[in-house]
Parts: sequence; structure tokens; C-alpha cells
Amino acid sequence: MARSDVALDPPSAPLPGAGAADLNKQRIFVASQWQLTWWRFRKHKAAVASACVIVVFYLVVVAADFLAYADPNASEAQRSLMPPQRVHWFDGGRFGPYVYAVKGARDPQSFKRVYREDPSEKIPIRFFAQGFEYRFLGVIPTTRHLIGVDGGRDANKTIFLLGTDVQGRDLWSRLMFATRISLTIGLVGVTMSLVLGVVLGGLSGFYGGIADTLIQRVIEILRSIPTIPLWMGLAAALPRDWSILQVYFAITIIISLLAWTELARVVRGRFLSLREEDFVVSARLVGCSQMRTIFVHMVPSFMSHIIAATTLALPAMIVSETALSFLGLGLRPPAMSWGVLLQQAQNVQTVALSPWLMLPAVPVIIAVMAFNFLGDGLRDAADPYGR
Amino acid sequence: MLAYIGRRALLAVFTVWAISALSFAIIQLPPGDYVTSYIAQMASMGSVVTDEEAQNLRIQYGLGQPIYVQYLKWMKLVVQGNFGMSMEWRRPVTEVIGERFWLTVVVSVASLLLTWVLALPIGIYSAVRQYSAGDYAATFVGFIGLAVPNFLLALVLLYLGFTLFNAHIGGLFSPELQDAPWSMARVWDLLKHLPIPALILGLAGTAQQVRIMRANLLDELRKPYVVTARSKGLTEMALILRYPVRLALNPFASTIGYTLPYIVSGSIIVSLVLGLPTVGPLLLKALIAQDMFLAGTIVLLLGVMTVIGTLISDVLLVWVDPRIRLEET
Repeated sequence: MARSDVALDPPSAPLPGAGAADLNKQRIFVASQWQLTWWRFRKHKAAVASACVIVVFYLVVVAADFLAYADPNASEAQRSLMPPQRVHWFDGGRFGPYVYAVKGARDPQSFKRVYREDPSEKIPIRFFAQGFEYRFLGVIPTTRHLIGVDGGRDANKTIFLLGTDVQGRDLWSRLMFATRISLTIGLVGVTMSLVLGVVLGGLSGFYGGIADTLIQRVIEILRSIPTIPLWMGLAAALPRDWSILQVYFAITIIISLLAWTELARVVRGRFLSLREEDFVVSARLVGCSQMRTIFVHMVPSFMSHIIAATTLALPAMIVSETALSFLGLGLRPPAMSWGVLLQQAQNVQTVALSPWLMLPAVPVIIAVMAFNFLGDGLRDAADPYGR
Repeated sequence: MLAYIGRRALLAVFTVWAISALSFAIIQLPPGDYVTSYIAQMASMGSVVTDEEAQNLRIQYGLGQPIYVQYLKWMKLVVQGNFGMSMEWRRPVTEVIGERFWLTVVVSVASLLLTWVLALPIGIYSAVRQYSAGDYAATFVGFIGLAVPNFLLALVLLYLGFTLFNAHIGGLFSPELQDAPWSMARVWDLLKHLPIPALILGLAGTAQQVRIMRANLLDELRKPYVVTARSKGLTEMALILRYPVRLALNPFASTIGYTLPYIVSGSIIVSLVLGLPTVGPLLLKALIAQDMFLAGTIVLLLGVMTVIGTLISDVLLVWVDPRIRLEET
């Protein structure tokens, strides 16, 4: 996808002068399918922006423990339901972010904990500070985190960028780890659906006949069943003593078992439209095996469509997991996902008093939107010869 | 036309069968057979199931026999209207579900109607006034509707209602009419509470339908017959409504069948957030307490209701649009 100069971009920037125009045309003729797709994709500004957002999200997935500054499971009764602390960026005209120390006390009348900032005590925020121990990228043991405070173990000298939950656990750090699980569960689930969708959609589209009829009917049946009650029923049957990892995979399987239909539909459609194309017929005539015809000649020409459909399937996966976990039937604590975090925001009275508990909804919405825009852009770009 | 409806009906029968098998699987999934857990549950609550009763239950549900025999025995009971006992409530499942099921139907149908009523005019407006402020507004709201999961939307609206207006927007009835017998006042109360849940449930579907309607109508508006009609001097209103809209309706209509499963699905979780007295909260409670007859029955009833609703909308479509009949046969 490397691109050296503007002249390479025929659709958006036709250069003045006949010579340049000819050059442009020639470039289009010799460009590979992936190059054409890329040129088209680049014009879709919202999709490009969404791609950047998604890259940031997955960077968080990779570096969740580096971005978190507190142990996500360390609870502290003295810090229950603390509101987010305001960060002051400049200290006496110079860049030096700090927060004020917060004193908590129990209100004698309502028995709620109330917190008050103490402007006399500044807690400076340090970059690359020491914190809990972890393995960066799963290999390098380290205690460095992006931000932190000096003397992190002292309960009075901590920062809570997004406040704390009922058990006094730091919401920011929990959100980082939740992002890791929520976004990978989508990927694993979509991979499983993809395998199911490509195999069944391929069978359906390539062979036609009874296989096609049968698979199409199964798809129609699955699409006319309300999915959430079924998911709930299946998820509730998972044994209580399963480990986090087992539940994680069981949930992904449950979600993907009902979510492959759209992918299968796309794959079938592409197979049907390609089956009669000249290059496929000639491949068959020169004696290519069926496997070779499918994987060498047909699949590359609709790879981009599959990628687009997969991207569009991801947000549904993420929302499904969030919904199940929100109900308490998906991942269970101590596992963290966006849905698990949102469980604490189920009750409107709680939310009214501590609105920051709703914050995990923000990444859900942003991720879903970004994946939708990216998928739309990819779908348009996947057909470089289209309008 | 009959052949088409016959095929849809046949598919519906298969769907119901698939749903019944899945519901049965859900009843079967927890470890141990349900008569044993039923006896244990009863014992823990202080009532005793005699050996004779237990034996009768075992025979009734075909326990110990192959799984398909058990399935058939269960189906036989279900067809007779015997859905078994709810262990948690110690009452027949039908009694426990009762009114809640019909309220689920009311909420789902209301959202479906709202989806149509909103999507059609907004879609037409967006296409006819393409790139106008209204079109952009509709597109924006549409994206929000598609991107925000409906239970989060419910949560946010509930929070805003609570903090800004100090009003509780959840529920389907006012507190004083919660357990009252049916009367005109209660029906009116229900109607007053219905719009917010219906809107939350229908927003995603509406957004999708608006996009489909807009795209279809834009394709139609570029066709020469529109120019012809205009040059003949038809008023713009009559021109658009009489021809292109009717043509654009076809693909729009064929996706409606998938809206209902989506709404029913969403109603479960939105009901939990908004505290609606539908089967949603009941299902969650039943699943957590492993009250499997109740849970399985709810899944079965929701599935059957969706299939019947979809079938009705299919038949209506064929009746309204003659081209579907020609295409499909």
C-alpha cells in the first residue's frame, strides 16, 4: 500500500496537463486490486478517522497494564464511590499536572461517604512512575506505568482519574483492563463466526442445489429467533465453578453460534456472482482442482468484501457481550469487561448519586460507532469498480 | 400467493420446532434431572413430595428414557397447555407468566408500529430533501440509534429523567394502578407509559429502515418516469407518493420481518433497566435461580410470538404488494 506521491491518487487529485492525466490512467490500469481499494478507502474521511480510533483502542488492549496505574482489583473501603478527581495541568505557570488530596468522611446523617478536596495538599502526577508489578506485552517484567504518584501505597496519596466504584476500586484502571477483554472477545467471536460463515456460505454459494436451500432455510430460521433470550438461557447454564478463561470462550462460542448468518449471506452472494465470471470458468476449463479454483482464483477477489463484513459484525459481538455481562450472565467478576463494569450502573438511584459509574458506556458507544463507520468505508472500498 | 404464504407458514412451523428444541435444551442444560432438583427445592421449602408423586412426575416427563422421548413427552404436555411448575414460585408456569406475557406483546407491537410510523415519513423526507438540514439531522440521530445499544440508551434516559425532571420514566403503570384490576383508567395509564419504552426499543430499527427507505427512494427518484410525471404537471406531493414511494417500499418492507426478533430480543434487557413488568425480568430471575421450566417456557413463548408476528407481517405484505407474489413463485 505504499504511496510515494499525489499523482498516484487518480480519483481525488487529477493533476493538470494531459501528460499527467495519461499517467494517472496508466496507474489505474496497472494498480493491483488492493491499491485500488486503498485509494477508494482513503477518500472516506469518517472511515479513516474511525480506523485511527480503532488503532488507539487496540493499543489500549496491548498496553492495558501500562496505562492503568492502580491494581484493578485492589479494593479500599475508605475510597468507596469517590468522584473523579480534577486534574490541574499547570502548577504556577509551568507544566506540572497535579491533583488535590481528597479527604473522605462519613456523613453522620445519611451515612454516605462524602469527599472534599484539600487544596493545601497537592499530589503531583508523575510520568513513567512506579506502580504494581506486571509483564509488559506479557514478557518484560516491570513496575513502570504511564502515570502514577509518588508513594503509591499510601491511601491518601492516590489519584482516581475516573473515580472509584462501590468497593473503592479505581475505575480508570478497571476500564483499561475491561477494554482488553471486551475488544478481544469481539475478535475471537468474529473469527469463529467467520469460519462458520465462510464454510457454510461457501458451500451454499458454490454448490447450490440442496445444500444451498438447506443452509438458506437454517439462516432464515436463525434470523427469525430473538437472540438475547436464547443467549441468556445458554449462558446461564455455564457451570458456576468454571475459570474466567473457560467462561470467556464459552460466551464467545455462544455468541458466535447465532451470529454467523450475516457473514454467510455475504460470502454466498459473492460466490454466486463470481461463479459465472469468465476467469473462474476458464480456471475450471484449464483443469484447476476445485480447491485451487476456490482459494487461488475466487477467494482473493472477494477477500475485501469479507473483511468489510467482518468489521461490520464486530460491533454486534461487542454489544452482545456487554449486554450479557450487564445482566450478570456473561463474564463474571473478577473478570472485567465493559458489561461487567456497567453492572454497577444498573440501578438508577446509584447512577444518580454517582454518575461516573456510567462512564464505561462511552467506550462501548465510541467503539461501536467506529467499527460501523470503518465497515461502511471498507464495504464501499471493497468494490473499487463501483460508482 | 397461496403458494408463497404456504411456504412462509411451512418455514414458520420449522422455526417453531427449532425454537422448541432449543427451549428444551435450555431446560435440560443444568446438571441433574429436574424432578430430583424439584424435590430438593420443595424439601428445602418445607413441603414434602411423596415417592408416589415423584414417580408420577418421572413417568410424565419420561425421565430415564432416551432424550427424544423426553422431548416428545414434554412437547405433548406443552401442546396441552401444561408448561410444568415453577420451582421458585411453586405455582404453575402459566400462572406466573400470566399478564406479563401479554404486556411483552403490547410493548413489542407498539415498538414495531412506531418503527413503521416514524421510518416511512422520515425516510421519504430524507430522500426528497437530500442534504438538507433535516436530512443531516435524521442521519445523525440514525447513527446514534444504531450505535448506542438500547439498554444503554434506556439507562441514559432514565438518568436524565431522574436528574433533570426528577421523574421516573420507567415502568408501564403508575404506582397506584400497578396491581389494580383492568379498567379504562389502567389501559389509559398503560398507553401513557408506552411511548418511551417503545421509542427506545424501536430507535435502532427505525434508523435502519430510514436508511433503507432513503437509499431506495433516491434510486427511484433518478428514474425517467419521475421526470415524465413531473412534466405532465403532477403536484410534487402526489408525484412522489403515488409512484416512487410505492416502488421503494418493496425492499423496505421485506426487511421488516427481521425487525420484530430484534425488538423482542431488546425488550428483555430494556425491561430490566426500565423496570417494565414484562417477561424479561422474570426470565433473568428464573435463569439465575435455575427455575428451568419457567425459563424454557419464556424462551419458547417469546420465540413463537416472534414467528407468528413475522408471519402476519409477511402475509400482510403479500396482500399489499402484488410484486412479491410474482417474484417468489
